Amino acid sequence: MTIHTVSGPSRALSRRTILRAGAAAGGGLLLGFYAPFADAAAANTSGAAPSDGGPFAPDAFIRVDRAGKVTLIMPQVEMGQGVYTSLSMILAEELDAAFATVAVEAAPPSDALYGNPMFGIQATGNSNSVRAFWKKLRQAGAGARAILIEAAALQWKVDPASCTASDSEVIHPPTGRKLGYGALADAAAKLTPPANPPLKNPKDFKLIGKPLRRLDTQDKVNGKALYGIDMLPPGVKFAAIAACPVFGGKVAHVNDSAATAMPGVRQIVVLSDLVAVVGDHFWAAKQGLEALDITWNDGPNAHVNSAQIRKDIKAASEHEGAVAKSRGDVEKALKGGDPIEAHYEVPFLSHAPMEPMNCTVHVRPDGCDVWVGTQVCARAQAIAARVTGLPLEKVTVHNQLIGGGFGRRLDVDGIEKSVRVAQKVDGPVKVVWTREEDIRHDFYRPIYYDRITATLKDGRIDGWKHRVTGSSIMARWFPLGFQHGVDIDGVDSAIDEPYDIPNMRVEFLRHEPPAVPTGFWRGVGPNNNVFAIESFIDELARKAGKDPLDFRLAMLGKTPRLKTALELAAKKAHWGDPLPPRVGRGIAAQISFASFIATIAEVEVDREGEVRLRRITCAVDTGIAVNPDTIVAQLQGGLVFGVTAALYGEITIDKGRVQQSNFNNYRMLRIDQTPPIDVHLIKSGEAPGGIGETGTTAGPPAVRNAIYAATGIALRRLPIDREVLAGRKQP
Amino acid sequence: MIKLQINGQVREVDVVEDTPLLWVLRDVLGLTGTKFGCGIAQCGACTVHVDGKAVRSCLLAVGAIGNRAVTTIEAVGQTPAGARVQKAWLDLEVVQCGYCQSGQIMSAAALLAATPHPDDSDIDAAMAGNICRCGTYVRIRAAIKKAAGERQA
Repeated sequence: MTIHTVSGPSRALSRRTILRAGAAAGGGLLLGFYAPFADAAAANTSGAAPSDGGPFAPDAFIRVDRAGKVTLIMPQVEMGQGVYTSLSMILAEELDAAFATVAVEAAPPSDALYGNPMFGIQATGNSNSVRAFWKKLRQAGAGARAILIEAAALQWKVDPASCTASDSEVIHPPTGRKLGYGALADAAAKLTPPANPPLKNPKDFKLIGKPLRRLDTQDKVNGKALYGIDMLPPGVKFAAIAACPVFGGKVAHVNDSAATAMPGVRQIVVLSDLVAVVGDHFWAAKQGLEALDITWNDGPNAHVNSAQIRKDIKAASEHEGAVAKSRGDVEKALKGGDPIEAHYEVPFLSHAPMEPMNCTVHVRPDGCDVWVGTQVCARAQAIAARVTGLPLEKVTVHNQLIGGGFGRRLDVDGIEKSVRVAQKVDGPVKVVWTREEDIRHDFYRPIYYDRITATLKDGRIDGWKHRVTGSSIMARWFPLGFQHGVDIDGVDSAIDEPYDIPNMRVEFLRHEPPAVPTGFWRGVGPNNNVFAIESFIDELARKAGKDPLDFRLAMLGKTPRLKTALELAAKKAHWGDPLPPRVGRGIAAQISFASFIATIAEVEVDREGEVRLRRITCAVDTGIAVNPDTIVAQLQGGLVFGVTAALYGEITIDKGRVQQSNFNNYRMLRIDQTPPIDVHLIKSGEAPGGIGETGTTAGPPAVRNAIYAATGIALRRLPIDREVLAGRKQP
Repeated sequence: MIKLQINGQVREVDVVEDTPLLWVLRDVLGLTGTKFGCGIAQCGACTVHVDGKAVRSCLLAVGAIGNRAVTTIEAVGQTPAGARVQKAWLDLEVVQCGYCQSGQIMSAAALLAATPHPDDSDIDAAMAGNICRCGTYVRIRAAIKKAAGERQA
């Protein structure tokens, strides 16, 4: 298996696509989803020969050359979640390709051809790569298989139905004849794939469901894998940048006399809102930047601070929100009972991927090359075109492996800044963020304030009102996702909470923090919602005098898949077995990203309020598990990501500036704090669910509820407050 | 010019003496397998071996290295411990995004070279300086034990 990164020109947007075969440049077969209204000019530059004179996507999803080499084009980016492997498995399964020999290529920028079916744009996020492409890639694989079989049958003058395919060969079992896909590629390219090719019965899957080796990992253990930050185009120089420490501030004045005299410093670039130093290597550039005497104009945000932001969002949450979901008569249920109310709050968070933000750019009068790892390839191209004024097709994006995305690389601010710097530089320049710049100029997971009121009746929840107050990231990033005052991500896992509650209402109340840019962060909407809901469920169980497990199980009648997961997790975690003092187990049960997951954390809280994780157990029904070991790995890692935030994660603002800067004051969980994490997959024939972010959303409420069980202290804000747990401060 | 012994070769670089080894490796010599993560020795992504010991290259001035032998991720597979660690990493599918794994592997290889059969506390002590944002710690621990020839926990 080989992996290439490729780049290419853009194509016009069209939502309607048709499965289509064509000839590849230099011979062989291409198969993919043809966009009927795609720009003919773009296709004409591609080298593809359309079979009927119409434009054809040159890259499609499958390419079979005359030597039989099968190349699968990956619409989604690989950032550790294993999609290069799982999406390849889906394509190769229906194609009956010899998996060990297929090659993988990153798709070029094109919303029309490689748009994520769940977004309509080319984006990797929301744990939906497998969910979104499940059907489309199966159809592509099956369509290619059908015409390869048809080509063989024509040659052999037999009924295609009497042929089969396996390991990149068409076989005619009655006569034992075989033809490789390479020998059939040219003939197949002239055929029309069936509109709805028959898909395999899951019981016939040969690849899907097997724990296959990841395709991208070999070069990640020997230093050969290349990420955006590793690009070294000939003649490249290196730049360090600084934006105003105060959000929205501008450059007032720069004295560069000391910096220009430093060894290795080549150029100082001063833009309206940022300063860059270009050098022979990054160290020279960074030293030069530190030697600059920069006067900033802080602008209007120099007063912004966390205390005020928290006060404001709490006050805002007292107003009515837009109704996202309503059933029964919630007002009547709340008036008829003894309402219990609780508020939960989560802080701003930075993404801090291990690969700091970076982008390498070469701007020329007639074109622009961008080397970057991005979750939104077409948007990367568009922003570079907008900054340079070049037409889209003159901008080439070389998308690379991503050293951690977590949502940070769904935004293109870093590409925009880098292109602006590169416009002032002769030749290619690699702009690298220091860790401090990366943490202080992020698009932060917003602060959210969740307010829930409920009533109990006969030991069960009767009324439930949940109001989510916070930033609408969708309104900025994908306006279709913010309609009538409701952010669909902001209420995710709140409107589809799993319990049998007869009367309920979920509201979203948009409240934007001043100055602080907000963005998607691994786990997205379900993060705060599952934390609030599952924390409150534990508090309600205690009010009702019930065991938290029994309380939940009794209300999961409409969600048997989650009930099964919760029962399994409880059994595996030895729920109910006696524990030492100050040790507790806590549950989180949820439907997130179309996966049904139950998580049980076991923690110990010492007298100083320090929390030690003893064990985490989770059971998940995520439908058909395409690559089961990847699912286990994603849950293990996702839980660590979420627990890190629960124990340490908080970005605070003072005087308009982020106060944290690096891993010394924005802490990460380390190996010596990581407990055993046991993941149990439940066999299922349902369509695949999402998994990359699921664990992240499960960790914090499970740990919080374990602390509640160990100490009786009901924490309602993250990260955990050790002063409260030590008894030195009121919750 | 500063002379360095890197991966068994003598390399001469024209940089000032206080330049950290990390940037010489990456930007001057093109050995990009060693990664930049924090610049303050808090994350371990830049870990290399100097005379077989794990060192954070982001704070190691090239002028201070002298004749000592530098080994990077590109060559650690030529050492017995490094090769065992790389194999165990693949066998147990430790890697996710992979960005921190060069540093993790260098730390693990140095640990095994010095302590062929580490227990959990040895692993904690040797590996706690390496952050993995993807959260692969459970498998890192298992892979070190596998590389050490022990049964998995």
